Amino acid sequence: MTDPRGWRYAEVAEVRHDTPHSVTLCLDVPGRVRHLAGQHYVVRLTAEDGYRAQRSYSVASAPDAPLLELFVERLEDGEVSTYLADVVEPGDELEIRGPIGGWFAWNGTTPALGVGGGSGVVPLISMLRHNSDNFRIAASVRTAEDLPYANELTAAGALIAVTREDFGGRAKGRLTAQELLPLYAPGAVCYVCGSAAFAEAASMLLLDIGVPTEDIRVERFGPSG
Amino acid sequence: MSRPTRGFVGKRRAPRDRRLPPGQYDIGRDFPVLTAEVTPSVRTERWTMAIDGLVRQPGKWTWDELHRLPQEEYRGDIHCVTTWSKFDTRFGGVSVDLLLDQVEPLPEATHVLATSTTGYTTNLPLEHLRNGKAWLVWTHEGKPLHREHGGPVRLLVPHLYFWKSAKWITKLTLLDHDEQGFWERNGYHDLGDPWTEQRYQGD
Repeated sequence: MTDPRGWRYAEVAEVRHDTPHSVTLCLDVPGRVRHLAGQHYVVRLTAEDGYRAQRSYSVASAPDAPLLELFVERLEDGEVSTYLADVVEPGDELEIRGPIGGWFAWNGTTPALGVGGGSGVVPLISMLRHNSDNFRIAASVRTAEDLPYANELTAAGALIAVTREDFGGRAKGRLTAQELLPLYAPGAVCYVCGSAAFAEAASMLLLDIGVPTEDIRVERFGPSG
Repeated sequence: MSRPTRGFVGKRRAPRDRRLPPGQYDIGRDFPVLTAEVTPSVRTERWTMAIDGLVRQPGKWTWDELHRLPQEEYRGDIHCVTTWSKFDTRFGGVSVDLLLDQVEPLPEATHVLATSTTGYTTNLPLEHLRNGKAWLVWTHEGKPLHREHGGPVRLLVPHLYFWKSAKWITKLTLLDHDEQGFWERNGYHDLGDPWTEQRYQGD
């Protein structure tokens, strides 16, 4: 029996470049297993001589969306991300497996707060799309042009912190505990996603505003090209 | 065997380093941090290491007691399931064999559940902690192990993917069956051998 989450081929249905350093891939996955918001997939590339490279990418689409949407940050010397951003076209097939992860995942039924740094907002977008009534979100980016899903975040009333530019009436600077406080409802599970440094800083802010340690779930991105 | 991906060549540097398991790449000098919980601040004066479960005599060691045991150094490679490997890196601490010998595992003990101060758990077959394959470490490259990397003390099982090397280790429980830990319940492999790419359940 084939593992429904095991390796299989998906067809690339759509390729978008929404920000200057990223690619958004919408995949048609045969027999797709419904994911939980926050989970990720692995993409595996194989060269003619059998050489392979694989990386994990968070899902941005809601569980019920017809296509699986992956947002990939293009790292300048990234072996996989440069291929996905520069070469992939609609109609290509990509080998994938997933969904993976049961911890950094939200079923949408209980209040939650997402705090994302850079491409760390991607799994939070899946949560927002899944149930915006129960989900508050804060996003932090270096520059406004690098904010993934800017329109959706703005429309959802997200707290957007741009650290190197003034943005939307907010002076440049890092997220603060004061800014996060009004987004947090006691009992909400907090999902923190971003680089190791961001995740560490954001978790400290959440502890500062009184979130119990056990209600904080963290997904740290290692460098993964 | 996977079909080739159109137009993918990859950034291989020939010849491929024989130390690199399949699907991994050399991260160089970096040491990424990947944990699922808030990084704890563990105070060494309150920290203890325990071994319980199927042993003749449960054991518990304080920070000072652990430091009085004969020290060992691991020098070699580590492999993270997120596909980076780090070569020729050094950790210092004590051999897990030494602690297991003191508690005397019962013959029926086959598996171990490692528990961290954060509640993180991971499961391993007992034999994979035996015969010079596992350590409790508190230094890295000669310096105190940073808390982001599991300090003050982490488990080190370098022949398996690195999530098995539980950070902030505080307990090993010996069992007569395999009991899944945190990532294993969430879809990751029960053993995690990088050379056969045991990344996820079913691999």
